[in-house]
Amino acid sequence: MPQEHRLILKHADQPGYTPDMECYLRHGGYDALKKVLALAPKDLPDGKKVSPQEQVREDVKSSGLRGRGGAGFSAGIKWSLVDRRSGKPIYLICNADESEPGTFKDRQIIHKDPHQLIEGMILSCWANDVKLAYLYIRGEMPQGAKLLNKALDEARTKNFLGKNILGSGYDLEIYVHRGAGAYICGEETGLIESLEGKRAYPRIKPPYFPAVLGLYMCPTIVNNVETLCHVKHIVNMGPAEYAKLGTPNNTGTRIVSLSGDVKRPGYFEIEVGKVTLGELINDPAFGGGLREGRKLKAVIPGGSSSKILKAGETFKLNRKGPDGQMAKVDVSLLDLPYDFDSLMAAGTMSGSGAIIVLDDTRDIVETLANLAEFYAHESCGQCTPCREGALWMSKALHRMTHGEGRKADADYLLHIAQNIQGRTICAFGEAAAWPVLSFVKKFKEDFETKGAADEAKAAAKH
Amino acid sequence: MTFAVPANLEAQLDELVTHYPQKRSASLMLLHALQEHFGYISRDAVEWTARKLGLQPINVYELVTFYPMFRQEPLGKTHIKVCRTLSCALAGSGELRTHFCSKLGLDAHKHAAQTTPDGKFTVEFVECLADCGNAPVVLLNEDLLPKVTPAQADEIVAKGKSK
Repeated sequence: MPQEHRLILKHADQPGYTPDMECYLRHGGYDALKKVLALAPKDLPDGKKVSPQEQVREDVKSSGLRGRGGAGFSAGIKWSLVDRRSGKPIYLICNADESEPGTFKDRQIIHKDPHQLIEGMILSCWANDVKLAYLYIRGEMPQGAKLLNKALDEARTKNFLGKNILGSGYDLEIYVHRGAGAYICGEETGLIESLEGKRAYPRIKPPYFPAVLGLYMCPTIVNNVETLCHVKHIVNMGPAEYAKLGTPNNTGTRIVSLSGDVKRPGYFEIEVGKVTLGELINDPAFGGGLREGRKLKAVIPGGSSSKILKAGETFKLNRKGPDGQMAKVDVSLLDLPYDFDSLMAAGTMSGSGAIIVLDDTRDIVETLANLAEFYAHESCGQCTPCREGALWMSKALHRMTHGEGRKADADYLLHIAQNIQGRTICAFGEAAAWPVLSFVKKFKEDFETKGAADEAKAAAKH
Repeated sequence: MTFAVPANLEAQLDELVTHYPQKRSASLMLLHALQEHFGYISRDAVEWTARKLGLQPINVYELVTFYPMFRQEPLGKTHIKVCRTLSCALAGSGELRTHFCSKLGLDAHKHAAQTTPDGKFTVEFVECLADCGNAPVVLLNEDLLPKVTPAQADEIVAKGKSK
């Protein structure tokens, strides 16, 4: 029986669990902080000393933690890229700009267990010699911002923040910074520009890798809310024990946001790769299946930017056979383990962990038109292919959903999308192109039939 | 009427500026606070913010025009943001917004934010509010409402009218 494994959300939904300091402390809160502050330097056989901070950074790397924001990049490696020799201050920013359509996991943490996030941030700041950090929360979460400010005040009162934290000599301040409704602020260099008080135009890489030239041109770490929470559990459990959760190269737990056409939409924390896409959709412990009489049409598996998967598709995955040898095996859509690597092997991504389910009553053209409108609205406007292309795609789809489609529209859409991806400063270009490319390629008949029908209707009028 | 920021608010804003090594960073937070107080960002508010942070007015104005949450005109007292994006759309947010519009005599075919002539309501379609499991959702001023039904929409309208 597949089931949830709650690590981050262990307490969040328990009756009587409140977001205040006293409650968090009763549940072992800030013990991880006390633990790291008591760490001693480690002596290596070759006479070198490993600082406590370095030990924690090494632990995060060996835990296998991958970023939960979207890219799935190793958090430990991200930290190891930080330029520590520049002499400039190092900044850390928590990316709480949760805006990827379909995603609502960080909201749960912020609203129900803000201190867990703050402890994760303090640990991560301490491990990276950060003295000043920001919590960038999206503007549309005013209550969340208030809760976080209150929690930060409580943490200051207890001296978990501020000068000389718990007598350790370590100083740290964290401030909440509110966004103002722009999706592009979730892109880390766009977020940094926004935090500098500018329009959130992403920066070109190279040279502006945040680890070297981030906030105020200083080395900067940007981590997702859920990622930072995991750091606390890696410290508490130890990296080896933590890595036993999940599957190799896909360690730990992650919170999956499930929405769309299922009986029980909601958020579920699972061991990464231990539950399949089919179980998440159909099992009574998760989505509970589709509504009566409905059949699965497609799944958007990792936020709206991920490529859509069509019901009945099979994928070639590397699996260890009974002889211990790796071999390519056919795996059907619903049997795909929900993890970073399997979804990538299926030609899409687990992204922000947001699954949107579509049943057979849904019009695929209308669905894509909805998403295309989102990307047209959210393009920051900096790069021409994205600014113009996202709008062209949205206009074409608007036309198609208003009885003025053409049979050639399917290829027209593909043509535009292909000319956006790879031609922009940031990954928003791909995010806007991928839904169009995958929807149109996998459901080409739907688009062509609709276009042809509209053309026939228009011809009959003349 | 001359533009004046009350002393206690200005003190709060001065404190916000100290959160950042570079003053310009405080722009968004200052604009949020001014919008909360005045209801929108006027030309004067832009210029005041620019002076406060040692910037040119254009540096602030370009933020007001870039970030969707900032307004250059007064908003209705009851601000109804209906989520437009996919999961909410699948759960009927389009119909929900149309319902609000028709109840309030607004044009459902207009996409942009609309305010009723009496200044009581603003109805707006916004992009994903990050609560897709509770679709369709509405952000009512600062409160996020899950699974909003037409009956609840009527209640929101009735309450807003009596304000």
